[in-house]
Amino acid sequence: MPLPTGPVIGIMLDNLRKRDSVFPISRRKAVKWAKDLAIPVGGETVLYTGSMYQLLPYMIAAVNRMGKLENTFLAKMVGMGRFFNRMINVSNIMFRPRGSDHKRFGSIIRDIARLLQQAGVKFGYLYKEELYAGALAYDLGADDTFIAHARRVHSLLKKHGVRSLITIDPHTTNMLRSVYPTVLPDFDLEVKSYIEVLAARENLRPRNKVEGPIVIHDSCVYARYEEVIEEPRRLLERAGYTVVEPRDNRKLTHCCGGPIESLFPSMAHQIGVKRVEQFKKVNGNRVATMCPICMATLQQATGGALEINDISSYLARAFCEPGGNGKPASAKDNRSGL
Amino acid sequence: MALVNPSFLQEVKASKEFNATACMNCGVCSAVCPLEIDLLPRKLFRYVLLGLEDKVLENTPVIYQCLLCKMCEANCTADVNIAENIRFLRSYIGRKLYKL
Repeated sequence: MPLPTGPVIGIMLDNLRKRDSVFPISRRKAVKWAKDLAIPVGGETVLYTGSMYQLLPYMIAAVNRMGKLENTFLAKMVGMGRFFNRMINVSNIMFRPRGSDHKRFGSIIRDIARLLQQAGVKFGYLYKEELYAGALAYDLGADDTFIAHARRVHSLLKKHGVRSLITIDPHTTNMLRSVYPTVLPDFDLEVKSYIEVLAARENLRPRNKVEGPIVIHDSCVYARYEEVIEEPRRLLERAGYTVVEPRDNRKLTHCCGGPIESLFPSMAHQIGVKRVEQFKKVNGNRVATMCPICMATLQQATGGALEINDISSYLARAFCEPGGNGKPASAKDNRSGL
Repeated sequence: MALVNPSFLQEVKASKEFNATACMNCGVCSAVCPLEIDLLPRKLFRYVLLGLEDKVLENTPVIYQCLLCKMCEANCTADVNIAENIRFLRSYIGRKLYKL
């Protein structure tokens, strides 16, 4: 039997209401990526991760576990799981992420921060206080839960005097830039994706030689909701790569399947496989994604046949010193904010 | 047999989010859907506009399978806000069926 939709959604929403995230995450692990990068606490401009990359190790563990329950009699037990999850944090017991996944997704955020430092962008970070932006609750139509959570996020930002946000994934960008202003009338913060910020910084030039084709996978949310389309291409080209377009690209990009991974894992995988087939038909075995959900879903769908990485990993190879902290050699162009 | 539920119809009409009156039933949305679901969204929106709540609830799994990827919207010739309509239905089902 398929996973019961109501209880699965219920568990995620209960977690958001009680534990501030659809999957309860360790705050200590969520901020580990920032170690030794000397990012100040708070400030007018902050890098807002929205915990999306940090959530992925938990999502992968959950999907693996739920995928095993799907189409078995055990799927019925999910309803009971929701009952207990309200009292104790069942998700933490059921879904144990792998340490290697924490490291993998943490290093992506680290690369993003290093790229911004390299470009001379000044920004702070809210560390353990930062909250998930609520994208999943919004997509599931849980409006009351979503709005209550959005208010908590807004209060946090006001408390720290934040005026502008640099986001790192399309879902958080969409929530903060396009959805929050529709549900919170006084939400007037400037929101830009780090991809847009970097693309506008002409001073960011490659330090290391990189070359060869990179197949680009547009995120549906960046391309169709936020119109972030040309910026990633410009950055890859400036780095030295040749951008290769799969059949479905830009505004007509093909979904990775990830949005339904938690409710319909098998179906999500099939969509991912279809997208990977499009990559295989063009020249190049390296693929760049811009969303942690796309990356995880497509990596699973490709089964190791292609190298699928976050765009920031490819960019860091060109623009940052290997293993360095990414700070610019000269502070000449340290313009503040966005 | 399908029954019209007046209170469902009233909620749909009162909603600022749901709007599919411009839909011409051309079927492009179904043709481009990565899930290749025949139902979504053209037939589903007919059920909603007619107030056929039973038919809508029967299709609950399909409503949650939608990726909200907006491929349909990008190709819609009538500019229907398909993703927002699906979100409205999820919100309705969440309250009505799952008591979320």
